[in-house]
Formats: sequence, structure tokens, C-alpha cells
Amino acid sequence: MLFSTDNKEILQQIMMDHYKNPRNKMRVEDERYVKIHMDSASCQDDIYIYVLIEDDKVVDFKWDGVGCVLSTASSSILSELAVGKTVEEANKLIDDFNDFLLSGHSDNEDELSELVCFKYTNNQPSRITCANISFRGLKKALQEKKNER
Amino acid sequence: MKLGKSIRKDFPMYMDNECYKDQKLIYLDNSATTFKPYQVLKEINNYNYHMTANAHRGDYSLAYDVSTSFERARDEIASFINAEKDEIIFTSSATMSLNEIAYMLEDYFQEGDEVIISKQEHASNVLPWFNLKKKRGIIIKYVDVKEDGNILPEDLEKVITEKTRVVSLASVSNVLGYPLDVKNLVKVAHEHNCFYISDSAQEIASRRIDVKDTGVDFLLFSGHKMLGPTGIGVLYIKKSIEENISPVIYGGEMNARFSSDFSFSLADIPLRFEAGTQNISGALGLCAACRYIKRIGYDNIISHEINLKKRLVEGLKSIEGVKIYNETSPSSIVAFNFDGIFAQDAASYYSKFGIFVRTGNHCAKMLPELLDTATTIRASIYIYNDEEDIDRMIEVSRDMKEKYLDAFFN
Repeated sequence: MLFSTDNKEILQQIMMDHYKNPRNKMRVEDERYVKIHMDSASCQDDIYIYVLIEDDKVVDFKWDGVGCVLSTASSSILSELAVGKTVEEANKLIDDFNDFLLSGHSDNEDELSELVCFKYTNNQPSRITCANISFRGLKKALQEKKNER
Repeated sequence: MKLGKSIRKDFPMYMDNECYKDQKLIYLDNSATTFKPYQVLKEINNYNYHMTANAHRGDYSLAYDVSTSFERARDEIASFINAEKDEIIFTSSATMSLNEIAYMLEDYFQEGDEVIISKQEHASNVLPWFNLKKKRGIIIKYVDVKEDGNILPEDLEKVITEKTRVVSLASVSNVLGYPLDVKNLVKVAHEHNCFYISDSAQEIASRRIDVKDTGVDFLLFSGHKMLGPTGIGVLYIKKSIEENISPVIYGGEMNARFSSDFSFSLADIPLRFEAGTQNISGALGLCAACRYIKRIGYDNIISHEINLKKRLVEGLKSIEGVKIYNETSPSSIVAFNFDGIFAQDAASYYSKFGIFVRTGNHCAKMLPELLDTATTIRASIYIYNDEEDIDRMIEVSRDMKEKYLDAFFN
């Protein structure tokens, strides 16, 4: 990690950058992609994710929709991190991030990359479901793909 | 009687030095639910501590006393809205009341019959009708909602037809808060031989309801939005209709007799509409809430709410990038947004300072089609709020744009 995760200013900048300039945010009309719609009554985020999984690998990840700063930033960062990972690695990333959201700690912060900007999200425990909405979507997509076989 | 700080002594939610977890408690989500005063809790406790028995089911003195108190509560709640005692049915909530009405009317509908609602209705005044659309092939139509949330009788006149059977509207929307001219809307409905249902869940805490004056056919509200307990609701049905309608829930206490040849007869009204053991402590608590509101007086309540709303609106308007959606509605609700900030993020920042507001679509999920925003921040004021609450909210709002991310970092 090139910076200390104690530096909240940098973490805020990362989050704001992904909120203002979300990466890979677009609708996908391609049947090869697993499409997951993540919305719920309790959360106001309304997010679609599109995942292309081939040969046990996440080949592409796009997402679209309306969301808060947490769901937007985390979806944007995930869209960059997920691509190129094997299904196993992607599942591990999801689990690691969920643990990190709850505890604010990780033995392997480098693997989480810019997701470390969510280090203090557990200050607002009711908002953890916003921060991991796309991760839960990716988990569903991986499961759907697995069930196809 | 002065409202605000001076009545907080009645509310145990303020007893911890007016704090919640070391933060000054600034509760502005009163449209969702209200705090309960000691007077209400005392009634609930009295039932549980000293008067526990079933109502209408025992011949011993304790049961008789419970039945008497329970029916006295019904009587008082009836006069609270100028209804007759038999016209009051206890339910578990406003949602349950609306569902009961829809299913009581189910057999009355024929395919192609129309129900008129609006796009600002709460889910509970939408989904029972959507379900009947599926089951019975009814047609659902929407009456126009003005920008401020008002619905005009002339606009109802435009959509109502000879096929319309029911007009069902919230008398005060839970998002925009505009109080409708129910009496004249009822007039239009009745001129076309339609039933008029008034969802008064948001109205009853702040405005006097008079079912005889407005002439509504059905009216409903819940206890917890008017200082009463959760789990109790009221369904008013005009007696002439009540006598000709069948219950939707069957079981204990609602029947007079039944035998193995499948014959059964119903209890008298209103008990035939209250199958199962009623929420007795809830009804007693609700009755105490009516008394509390009566003692304060609706005129006092509404002027307190409107003064505080005005103060909040003025304060928010002085902040750049704040958009208010219901500035002109004379109510306790301020619905607004900060430009570029998702409502839920703003609420998290407020929460950091003990300011509790609601965000989202507030269960009125068709309203975004009219408002041009998916979600709003809703601050809803009630009798125990005061100028200090409002000023603190405005002060925190001034820093919102610069600092809202702090909610997730500090």
C-alpha cells in the first residue's frame, strides 16, 4: 500500500473520485453476460451488474444504476478489481471485503487495493449493505454461472 | 399550552437528558412513528399489570371490567373522529385496515370496474388494489396530483366514470403532506355513486377528523403515528355499509353460532370484523393517545408544526443547492434534497449529530414519477420538537456539502 490507511483524507479522495467518476458504469445488452439486479426495500440503491464469466474467470464486469456514495464507489472499484480474477479469487475478494467492512481490518490490505477507503464504514453499520451491494451481486452472478453447468 | 420542550417530560424517550447514545436527540421522523407519552404507556401497562383478561369472553368480574374498558375505548375513539361506536373496528394497522377494505369489496367488483388512486399513495393504498386488478380484472386509474401534493375535486371529476366504484386517497400524503379537501372529493365520488376511502394515517396526528362532516365511507389510521402503540389500527366503516358487507377474516369471537352442518352465523357489528383476540392493551393505549391529543388541541398542534416547518424551510432555503419539494404544503413535513448528494448519505451525516430523518421514497414508490427524483430526505415535525431542533438541523445542513463524507470516516 502506497499510503497509510490511517490517512482519512486520502481514503475520502479515493471514495469521492470513484463517486464522481465511476468506472465501467454502463448498461450491457449481451446475452453472454450474467445480469443481476440488486435492489431492496430497505436500501435505496438500484444497481444492475453485468458479469462475463468464461473459463472459470471473470472476463468483464460492468454495472449501472443509481446509488449512494458507498454503493457507487464500491461498484466502481469492484469493476476494476474483479476483472481477470478466477471464480475462486473473486469469491475470496468478496469474503475478504465483507470481513473488512465489519471489522475495519484486513491482514492483506494490498489485495483490497482501493477498497481500503471503506475502512471506517462500520461507523455507520446500517450502511454496510450499501457498500457491499455489488459484491453481493457478483456472488449471485458467480453462483448463477455455477448452477448453469 | 406550550408545546416543544415543555412537554418532553411526558415522553420517556427524552428521559435520558434528552439524549440518545450521548447525542442530543433530534427526532424528526414523526411521519414514520411518534414517541409515546407516559399517559399512553400507563394504560398499556395497567392492562398488562392489573387487568389482564380477554374481552367479551368471560363471565367473571375481571373479564367484565376488561370488556367495559375495551368498549369504552372504542366509544372514545369513535367520538374522536365523530363516528358512532359501532362504526369503529380495531385492526392491527392502517395497512391491515386498507387490505380488509379491499378484500371486503372484492366480491362487489366486476371485471372492468374502476378504482381511482393517486401516484402519491403509500404502498398500502396501492398494492391491495394491484392485487385485485390481478384477481378480479379491475382497472386502476390515477387522479392528477398537483406539484404541491394537492388533489383537486375537479381533477377527480375528470377521471371518474360510471365504471368507477371506489376512490381511495390519502387525506395527507406521507411525502408532500398536503391536506386534501376531503369533503369536496367525497362529494364528487358520491355524485358518481362511488365509495370514498380516506387513508388518514398521516392526518390524524395533526388535524381534526370528522367523518360525518366529510361523509367518507371508509376511513383508517394507525395508532403509532399519533402517540399510540404499534400493532393497533382503526377502520371506520359507515354503518349503512358495514351492515351489508362481509368480514374477510373468520374465527373466534366474530361468530354467533356454528355447527357440523357447516352453517354459521355472525356476531353483531363491529365484533364480526374482529376475529381473534383483539389487541386490547393497544386499543386502551390508543384511547389514551386520543385523550392526550384532545387535551393539547389540534389547533395548537397544527400551528406549532407550521411554525417550525416555516423556520426549517427558511433555513434550508438559505443554503445553496437545497431543493425543497413541498414548501407550500401546510403540514409538518419538509421533503428536500441537496444537489449532488444522495439522500441516504445526507441522512447518515445527520445521524452523526443525533438528527434522525427519513430518506427514500417513503413507500410511495410511484411518486418519483411526479417529483423528478428517486429519493428525498423527509423531516417530519411533531409536538415535542422545538426551535432548537430546527436550528441545529439547519446548522448541520450548512456543512452538508463539504462534510457529508465524514459520516463514513469519523
